[in-house]
Amino acid sequence: MKLEVLLLKLSEGMLVSVEIFTLTLLFSLPLGLFVAFGRMSKNPLLRNIIKIYISIMRGTPLILQLMVVYFGPYYIFGLPTPHRFLAVIIGFVLNYAAYFAEIYRAGIESMPLGQYEAAKVLGYNKTQTFIKIILPQVIKRILPPVTNEVITLVKDTSLAFVISVPEMFTAAKAIASAQASMLPFVGAGIFYYIFNYIVAFVMEWVEKKFSYFR
Amino acid sequence: MKYLQIKNLRKSFGNLEVIKDISLDVEEGQVVAVIGPSGSGKSTLLRCATLLETMDSGELIYLGEHAVRTDADGKAVYAHARKLRQIQRYYGLVFQNFNLFPHYSVIKNVTDALITVQRKSRAEALEIGRELLRKMSLSDKENAYPYQLSGGQQQRVSIARALALNPKVLFFDEPTSALDPELTGEILKVIRDLAAERMTMVIVTHEMSFARDVADHIIFMDEGVIVEEGPPEKVINNPQNERTRAFLSRFER
Repeated sequence: MKLEVLLLKLSEGMLVSVEIFTLTLLFSLPLGLFVAFGRMSKNPLLRNIIKIYISIMRGTPLILQLMVVYFGPYYIFGLPTPHRFLAVIIGFVLNYAAYFAEIYRAGIESMPLGQYEAAKVLGYNKTQTFIKIILPQVIKRILPPVTNEVITLVKDTSLAFVISVPEMFTAAKAIASAQASMLPFVGAGIFYYIFNYIVAFVMEWVEKKFSYFR
Repeated sequence: MKYLQIKNLRKSFGNLEVIKDISLDVEEGQVVAVIGPSGSGKSTLLRCATLLETMDSGELIYLGEHAVRTDADGKAVYAHARKLRQIQRYYGLVFQNFNLFPHYSVIKNVTDALITVQRKSRAEALEIGRELLRKMSLSDKENAYPYQLSGGQQQRVSIARALALNPKVLFFDEPTSALDPELTGEILKVIRDLAAERMTMVIVTHEMSFARDVADHIIFMDEGVIVEEGPPEKVINNPQNERTRAFLSRFER
């Protein structure tokens, strides 16, 4: 196989990887905030349900969770099997929302009480206090751990191969075994590395944007 | 006119009763200093008065309006949220550790509540904010962020922030405890100037000589009760109670 063909095949897979990455972030970043609120809720029922959910998401392999989302509906409930790509997105979003929720919670709980008290005495209501006073400071604090998760996500997209979604790693593996060559893996590695280099660059830029205060 | 009335305030944390039946009145234009050893309940008193802490029983009245009443069983009953928000406009609070909003510039710290809470126009808020910063000698720091300021400057911003909302009563919770002696001086001067303008203030402080100079009325608290109160010349210069004497003996008169 010519190098151009190899690169073409890999970039097709790369496109799917980028799709998984983008959609996962798009849904799991906001969902994580609601999960974090549930985790910090005064309602013990809600709080415990969320705790169990987070515990399962963190305590079992993502690869297994993807298989459950894909095969579960049929084998457990006799329902039709979902679309592969949809199953991947649902699996990733549920898993990553749990991790993001814990990062958000750590950030929110690290805020000094004095910020809430100052806002209260000045007459801000709860929503204004959270949106205007707390959230911007929380975002600044959680950027480094969020960057870690996002970088992990780039590499985790390769797990979609387990239910045969043709992302880049699946493509590399297929070509490698057909051609008996290491080259596709090297190509895949370089792709992932560049992808993460861009992610790190963007996140560093965002961190700089927040460096105007301490 | 009585700007603040506290009647029979009681507050416990678990089994520990930190405030045992305290009553006090603050008249318009009066400067009240609350002194006493650590753990005497003076900060809790102030936090109950500013609704940062809920009282167990007693009454809290600002300008004749009840924020807290006591029902027949002796339990504190708080007014409705809307009423409390309205009453909250009557007072401001300056914290020991400033609690400025670190992500807001100095001017935004001072003006944001005017815009967000009091719905004033940006232009009007800026005018009020700049005037206050000028008064606090901070005009050149308008666009600085809190971390770029000294402790004394930060505390002056927080005083401006509280004054911007035009409170009737201004509370100070040990406003100089986080500052070194030099910076303490600049804050005390600001408070003195406010007293000269007849601003009604309640100041929890460890600065005895300052309390004596600036306050019309001194309250000495210990173990959750008011041990002694009265004009400064009486309480600080000539204390009657044994505990007040013991506490003040460590300070130069």
